[in-house]
Amino acid sequence: MSMTRREFAKMLGIAGMAGVLPLKTGAASREASDLYEVPRFGNVRLLHMTDCHAQLLPIYFREPSVNLGVAQAAGRVPHLVGDRLLQHFGIQPGSLEAHAFTHLDYADAALQYGKVGGFAHLKTLVERLREEFGRENTLLLDGGDSWQGSGTAYKSRGMDMVEASNLLGVDIMTGHWEFTYHQAEILSNIKAFNGEFLAQNVFITEEAMFSSDVEYLYDDFSGRVFKPYTIRELGGVRVAVIGQAFPRTRITNPARFIPDWTFDIYDDRLQMLVEQLRAKEKVDLVVLLSHNGMDVDLAMARRVSGIDLILGGHTHDAVPAPTLVKNSGGQTLVFNAGSHGKFLGALDLDIRNGRLEGYRYSLLPVFSKLIPADAGMQALIHEKRAPHLDWLNEELAIAGDLMFRRGNFNGTFDQVICDALRAVGDAQIALSPGFRWGSTVLKGQMITMERVLDQTCLTYPETYVRDMKGSELKLILEDVADNLFHPDPYLQSGGDMVRVGGFNYVCEPGQRIGSRISEMTLDNGDRIDANKTYKVAGWATVREPSAGPAAWDVVAEYLRDRKEVHVSKLNTPVLKGVRGNPGLSEYPNNVTG
Amino acid sequence: MTIKRRTLVKALATGGGLLGLCALVPQWAMAAWMREAFAAGETNAAIKALYGGDLPVESAEVMLDAPDIAENGAVVPLTISTTLPNVETVSVFIAENPSPLAAQFIIPEGTLAEVSTRVRMGQTTHVTAVIQSDGKLYSATKEVKVTIGGCGG
Repeated sequence: MSMTRREFAKMLGIAGMAGVLPLKTGAASREASDLYEVPRFGNVRLLHMTDCHAQLLPIYFREPSVNLGVAQAAGRVPHLVGDRLLQHFGIQPGSLEAHAFTHLDYADAALQYGKVGGFAHLKTLVERLREEFGRENTLLLDGGDSWQGSGTAYKSRGMDMVEASNLLGVDIMTGHWEFTYHQAEILSNIKAFNGEFLAQNVFITEEAMFSSDVEYLYDDFSGRVFKPYTIRELGGVRVAVIGQAFPRTRITNPARFIPDWTFDIYDDRLQMLVEQLRAKEKVDLVVLLSHNGMDVDLAMARRVSGIDLILGGHTHDAVPAPTLVKNSGGQTLVFNAGSHGKFLGALDLDIRNGRLEGYRYSLLPVFSKLIPADAGMQALIHEKRAPHLDWLNEELAIAGDLMFRRGNFNGTFDQVICDALRAVGDAQIALSPGFRWGSTVLKGQMITMERVLDQTCLTYPETYVRDMKGSELKLILEDVADNLFHPDPYLQSGGDMVRVGGFNYVCEPGQRIGSRISEMTLDNGDRIDANKTYKVAGWATVREPSAGPAAWDVVAEYLRDRKEVHVSKLNTPVLKGVRGNPGLSEYPNNVTG
Repeated sequence: MTIKRRTLVKALATGGGLLGLCALVPQWAMAAWMREAFAAGETNAAIKALYGGDLPVESAEVMLDAPDIAENGAVVPLTISTTLPNVETVSVFIAENPSPLAAQFIIPEGTLAEVSTRVRMGQTTHVTAVIQSDGKLYSATKEVKVTIGGCGG
């Protein structure tokens, strides 16, 4: 970093960011008088946010240093990290954007630039971008994973986020973690939501058709639970937005909460919708608001034609410029807008003669220090948090290291969770899900209960301690690795690799299922025996609920015993066959071959 | 639509469908050939035991609709349909199941050959649909992934 904190603060106090930080986003290279000035282009402006995971207040969030692409995806967007990402998108090293989009020099840069996101700051930015363009020609789209992820979302069963989304002015959204409440709660949340909740790929099960009251169905004949698309007239044109909910929701999250609904990828039904929108509804633009994850979006863009834009989320990829995908009907631009309220995509479109003639795109990092908070939103956030402050603000321990989660394998915060599960449950081994959500805590900062909730707050937080055979451990690791590294994106399920504590292994992502995981050993060096039994602690089981206390209480108990918490050993695997992969940077273990 | 889909589905159910006839055949009525077909541990052997003679030819006219990933391996929905004429039977084989033959449907003359059923599979496996049309066998195969689930972000 070339700028001192004092200089930075001074600069903030005066003329903004003039000329200092040229934004190079591939599609739009421009001189801005400040970071958030987006010159008007075309006749429609779409604002896109996704995966905020209920973070109402600004937080720290470190982008991954491990985001491996395998097979066709190796070395391709979004599987670029660090310098390779900067080079690909032409971002100046050491700049504010370099900090926003990569993990490089994270600790120092985070101190310098401060926290990201926060709904009050997001609100100010959204309002500015709407007003400057003419608000009637703008739409705010939310790709989902907005109503889960915080203590207050948990306590209010998502309703605090519905209210915040309403005040933010979300026009259209789709979902994934929104489906981790009970069916009836989900329906009432959606009813309270002022925008439109869209999902073309969620259907009622045939069993439920017989037995349940399904009066709430959007379309009795097709069996669609939710409205599949909406058509909006703005900028003198007709824009269709189709919703694509996370297709693996019933696999990666508990199906018991949503017994009557079924999800999948339905290319043929989507193709039919697109053709119907083009032929009958005569729309000028077709947008897919997607929670597929970027690899699936890229594959879908090749298979389904006639979609102009895929505005994607789920995989939390902060991608500065879209990927152009050719298909039989022309081409599709695929976007992904990061996570945690850290980014807002501003997409200006020139739509004429029934087609997209041009676009300008900026994925704007939301630095809370650079954007004043909106007073109305601030008040709502305070109101929602007030009853829970004692719980949220409890000081547990000082972070002795930088604590983060995001990355294909164990982050430091995951390691603390695994260490806590093992210590409290008196277990040899711990397993913790590879969620991609969760904030970052800088070294020396206090870990409050709220920061623990950022990592653990879901609706099935129960922990377990049980005996598991070595063969079962191997099976679990292979299964999760296949959901992450299967060469066909349609056979992936999202999320990162399961985090482990107390044992080590070698992972070869380029192999097939059954052959990716080897050399499993306990921390003391003993080999894991397939037939031997081990005491394993874990949490967030998707089948039947476990019997133990909530994960956040286990982690809190562990932290309360310590003034300062350190990660003494990071159980991240030795990697095989990915040396030189542009999705790997500064890996904290061996990379062989 | 004047009649709701739900009402229609319920009417079909109470009126009695043709689905899963094999599963309802009482033990005493199960012919030896059928017992052999169910006992076969491998798809091709099961097909031979069920139909005798040659193995089916892969055909694009056999449409097997199955998920890429099962939401629940215990009840995986399958739909099989075809544009082939004079369909006599439709059968389903799950390669990795202890007994691959899952069901055979007898299609009466003049009936639209489209069947839906639920099958159980304990692990990732190939599913094969076989259609007997004008005395010849045609098939389509698809792999369905079964995962432990969880750990999603």
